[in-house]
Amino acid sequence: MAKEIRLWEGNHLVAEAAILAGCRFFAGYPITPSSEIAEYMAVRLPQVGGVFIQMEDEIASMGAVIGASLAGVKSMTATSGPGFSLKQENLGYACMAEIPVVVVDVMRGGPSTGLPTHPSQMDVMQARWGTHGDHWIIALAPAFIDEIFWATVRSFNLSEKFRVPVILLLDEILGHMHEGFRIPDPSEIEIVDRARPTVPPERYYPYDDTQGDVPPLAPFFSGYRFNVTGLNHDKAGFPTTNPEIIQRDMERQRRKIMGHLDEILWWAEHRLEDAEIAVVAYGSMGRSAHAAVDRARAMGIRAGLFRPISLWPFPEAEVARLAERVKAILVPEMNMGQLVFEVERVVAGRCPVIPINKVGGIPIDPPEILEAIRARV
Amino acid sequence: MAFDYEKYLRMDRMPHMWCPGCGIGIVVKAMLRAIEKVGWAQDDVAIVSGIGCTSRTPGYVDFNTLHTTHGRALTFATGLKLARPDKHVIVISGDGDAAAIGGNHFLHACRRNIDITLIVVNNYIYGMTGGQASPTTPFGMRASTAPYGAVDPAMDICQVAIAAGATYVARGTVAQGLLLERYIANGLRHKGFSVIEAMSDCPVQYGRRNRMPNAVEMIQWIRDHGVPIARAKDMSPEELEGKFITGELHVAERVEYTEEYLRVIERAQKAVGVQA
Ligand SMILES: Cc1ncc(C[n+]2csc(CCOP(=O)(O)OP(=O)(O)O)c2C)c(N)n1
Repeated sequence: MAKEIRLWEGNHLVAEAAILAGCRFFAGYPITPSSEIAEYMAVRLPQVGGVFIQMEDEIASMGAVIGASLAGVKSMTATSGPGFSLKQENLGYACMAEIPVVVVDVMRGGPSTGLPTHPSQMDVMQARWGTHGDHWIIALAPAFIDEIFWATVRSFNLSEKFRVPVILLLDEILGHMHEGFRIPDPSEIEIVDRARPTVPPERYYPYDDTQGDVPPLAPFFSGYRFNVTGLNHDKAGFPTTNPEIIQRDMERQRRKIMGHLDEILWWAEHRLEDAEIAVVAYGSMGRSAHAAVDRARAMGIRAGLFRPISLWPFPEAEVARLAERVKAILVPEMNMGQLVFEVERVVAGRCPVIPINKVGGIPIDPPEILEAIRARV
Repeated sequence: MAFDYEKYLRMDRMPHMWCPGCGIGIVVKAMLRAIEKVGWAQDDVAIVSGIGCTSRTPGYVDFNTLHTTHGRALTFATGLKLARPDKHVIVISGDGDAAAIGGNHFLHACRRNIDITLIVVNNYIYGMTGGQASPTTPFGMRASTAPYGAVDPAMDICQVAIAAGATYVARGTVAQGLLLERYIANGLRHKGFSVIEAMSDCPVQYGRRNRMPNAVEMIQWIRDHGVPIARAKDMSPEELEGKFITGELHVAERVEYTEEYLRVIERAQKAVGVQA
């Protein structure tokens, strides 16, 4: 057991953290810059009695993790943009059927096969809206090595707690960087397991809203025989076209996420106390922004950083409050503008929102963000 | 004593949504008798499907049932089986589900030789979506998207399964329910990936367009076009033209995926010194 600080590659740490969080099944298909997660899992999972399988494509991988999770085994898959697109139909299935799974997307450039080995942050909206139909989802975007570890553990915990797929968004910089980290002792890691039914099988309904917003989920083969479908369904899991049942079920699915924001939202603040210019940045751009804010402060500029780690749901109220007290909000992203739409929506004109966008596989570095900060004071 | 289907059916889900005369019911009954024959407990069996008329089966049968996305049943089933290799996983698919959109998964499930039984109900057509052509629509036959007759040659699901590495491959028909039951039971008992193709009728979507609007006529047509494998051996390709071969077409033994993976776990744990 590694208890010392060692150099971890971001992708490898995701895999190790997943195992510590209880993941015992991984299905995947290689794609840069995510493949190291699969490679690491292929080595480590059988060592802990788990199963790794390389499937024929990303669609198959997504199906397999849903199947394994339904049998009660915590499951994960990892991919990058094009593969993430292929997973979307089954991702929607996992939302509808409320099966906990973790999907890692190590973002690369796009659209299409884009820039395979270069960083980007172009899948932010795909993470929220990629699948068809209305659905609620959780997406986390860590920025530092310790956060990668904890965000992975949290992805499993949130997926189990809310019976929802959780997307872990990394980008090529985070996936491939190396940073020192000490794996915590298992006793320091809180593990959440999905609630299991306590009622006898004949009284079990997998989608029963009288059991709360997140009804218990029995594993297959545990004596609870029930039906799971991607169709709209009644409380027993059988297909229905009854508008009242569907309305009620979809409202519960929204409520189980949007009604529990206090348990899901996650963000970090840096030097925001008296800031007059705020930067809102996530993932590797959160790192650039962090450095830019420090440099601005050294020059006497009152800058600060708000770093959402849960991108979906988005910390709306916090950003709205921030907009009340600053002169402007800058949003640097390695895309042509995605999260900035969400920031603009919640800021609602309270202050100017200025996007800083750069594509082409080159990160926005601290001097560029500093320049934008200086331009606003 | 008559077979007690109600033991395995979710009677509160009746009436089912299949059309009168549809062959799927015959296949489902054969499957239920086969499960009873091999003696599996309902709690130990998962029935998985994709999307289509055939794929509505899980809603009506009392097992751990999973109705997935179109063509992807085998992928969900693979996850289930790998998570619980000690349990039994059966997939039931339509021909479009298994051979068109699910074609790639089908090939790879055969190649892996994972211990899952796949039952393909081949009614030559996309039933649920209104009679469009499927990969098994015979050349020249009509479908709503082949109004002048199918141009694509039909795919032989069993031959593909054998070529891709499935280790038990059989073809039966809804005209011979007891034989079908025997093939399914043998497929269930078989360790490895089993494929049972059930030639079935769809009088509404296929028959109506191809001068067999009545289920009985269509089932007779199916019966008359099946050639048992023993007889087919002495027939020329010309004589077999337009016919299909029935029976146990391929039975082989080969490493089964979940068993082999258990050996991987043993090797990996030994390497790091974990006592299994
Ligand atoms: C991704 C996707 N594409 C298309 C469909 C529409 N669709 C539903 S059932 C079906 C075909 C069913 O035909 P088959 O698999 O032969 O089964 P049958 O209904 O004949 O039993 C199609 C194309 C779908 N549900 N999902």
